[in-house]
Amino acid sequence: MRVWADFTLEQDDAGRTVLALTGPLTVSSIGVVDHALRDHAGEIAQVDISAVPEIDTVGAWTVWRLLREHDAELTGASDQAERLIAAVSKSSGDGHTAGPRLPPVTRTFQGVGHQVSSWGQGTLDITSFLGAVLVAWWGILRSPARMRWLAVVRQAELVGISALGIIGLMSFLVGIVIAQQGAVQLEQFGAEMLTVNLTGRIALRELGVLMTAIMVAGRSGSSFAAQIGTMKLTEEIDAMRTIGVSPVEALVIPRILAAVVMMPLLGFYAAMAAIVGGAFISSFTLGIPFMTFILRVQEVVPIHDVWVGLVKAPFFGLIIAMAGCYQGMQVKANAEEVGLRTTMAVVQAIFMVIVLDAFFAVFFTEVGWG
Amino acid sequence: MSDDLDDIREDVADAAHNRMPGPYKGEFPIVVEGVRNAFGDSVIHDNLSLKVRRGEIIGVVGGSGTGKSVLMRSIIGLQVPTEGRIEVLGEDITAARDDADIDIRSRWGVLFQGGALFSTLTVAENVEVPLREFYPEISDELRREIARFKVVLSGLPEDAANKYPAELSGGMKKRAGLARALALDPELLFLDEPTAGLDPIGAAAFDALTRELQDTLGLTVFLITHDLDTLHEICDRVAVIADRQVIAVDTIDNLLKLDHPWIQEYFNGPRGRAAHAAQERIVRPDKKMDNPGKAGD
Repeated sequence: MRVWADFTLEQDDAGRTVLALTGPLTVSSIGVVDHALRDHAGEIAQVDISAVPEIDTVGAWTVWRLLREHDAELTGASDQAERLIAAVSKSSGDGHTAGPRLPPVTRTFQGVGHQVSSWGQGTLDITSFLGAVLVAWWGILRSPARMRWLAVVRQAELVGISALGIIGLMSFLVGIVIAQQGAVQLEQFGAEMLTVNLTGRIALRELGVLMTAIMVAGRSGSSFAAQIGTMKLTEEIDAMRTIGVSPVEALVIPRILAAVVMMPLLGFYAAMAAIVGGAFISSFTLGIPFMTFILRVQEVVPIHDVWVGLVKAPFFGLIIAMAGCYQGMQVKANAEEVGLRTTMAVVQAIFMVIVLDAFFAVFFTEVGWG
Repeated sequence: MSDDLDDIREDVADAAHNRMPGPYKGEFPIVVEGVRNAFGDSVIHDNLSLKVRRGEIIGVVGGSGTGKSVLMRSIIGLQVPTEGRIEVLGEDITAARDDADIDIRSRWGVLFQGGALFSTLTVAENVEVPLREFYPEISDELRREIARFKVVLSGLPEDAANKYPAELSGGMKKRAGLARALALDPELLFLDEPTAGLDPIGAAAFDALTRELQDTLGLTVFLITHDLDTLHEICDRVAVIADRQVIAVDTIDNLLKLDHPWIQEYFNGPRGRAAHAAQERIVRPDKKMDNPGKAGD
């Protein structure tokens, strides 16, 4: 059973208060008596620990604090207790253990200030990162032997091949949803055959690439940021620099290239999967045979819809890879930052992809690829 | 303050305390018997045995890759050996498969090679973590005070308590790691290469600190090191790992009499001789264990 430390108050011959501690004074038994001792307001002239069978540094600290606060004297201390008290008394023990923290009002202003200055700093950092990437590209263009093809292939596998399953399944399901929901609405006008147009065009122009971009940002953008960020923390990036390997060349360029190459392929693949999904559900709900749906897609979807999707994809890949690598490179100090930067990489990538997609939508309509 | 008493998770605290026997009184707090550790095809330990005496500082040496750290990880339950049995403070570690089953975690402290401090917490908050975990009944004030005096006890300046690990130098991180290892006043202290990467002055100070703490707190210290000065300076006995086993456990003087090529090369190589010579020149009366009164000063 647990034995708690306890104390009793007595009067000695001269009428002074003697605090006698009993029971083991260790970290495991002191919790409750410590509360009581802190509540005790009266004078204490003497602290008697002769009835304490066991003492550790926490007990020694408590005794020492009593002695210091009440200006009391110690009796009944063993050799060990005295040594422990001597050891702990080097610390004043005052003050907080948390990191420095300002009062709330000041902190709010400071937070706003930080935010503003970090926007400025962020713009500078992004510009310098873009510059570094361009410099690395230029270096590789001048001496193509420096291109790390092995890394490119490896990253292409991670970004592309291993994503085939999930992207295929996701797009297939999205295709089903569009065809099914579209059919419900179009039926009201007796235009259910237009479901084919709807599914085919939206998959090729928008959804195939956009959904793929979101999935790649979540899968690969985050892993770029986390991986490079961790390498930054473990000083691997610094080690590369000292060996004369440019981290941008070795880490960033292969990832960018892999994402730029794989995005159009994945986007097209996703569009196909969505069309198959649409055809699949239409054969049940609309009574359009599977192959008829597929052949009809070929007739009603203009070829420039395919180009619209394919042109956008590499830009999305570029944004995702750049955001991931940039955020990874910005990691400093601690593990929490890796998580924060990874989140930022994904959020930024998806946001910028959607903004860019809106621009593309307007642009392509204006140039007549409506 | 008494309101806080209601907040104490009485059941949690009780459970923790009921499991907790008094300090270990046996002779060997660490007993390793016939342990085998293997990663795939590479066998690290085979039939390795070691007994550590209570109250001693045992140094563990061995070439790189001989499994010193693996041995330590096995003893503290992070690595389950494929064969053999390990007893720590009288409890069988190898039988306890689940982390939660190892009740004695509150009775040892571990200093990992790189410090392994929680990077999002300040040094003092790092020290508070085990206190919060095992003794929820301790008041916030006392816990803060404990954290701060442990930081000072570990040889850090008082103001280092509020700093984050990223703001500390390598040597300070080691000391901060030591402060966390000492948080619960453990009976056993595991140190993995505590002086590696420290300057000679810092290393000597760390050695002195280890010895002082061992004297003051009556610790048993399991110390992995490559530092010959540390071995000469503070270790009561040295265990040598070679050929997948502990080939000898003894004082350095006695080890030197053995005719094992690795031991001879280790202690009689140029660095070994220099450290030995330095030890011969300096007489250190406070090193003796039966004169602990001085260490607390």
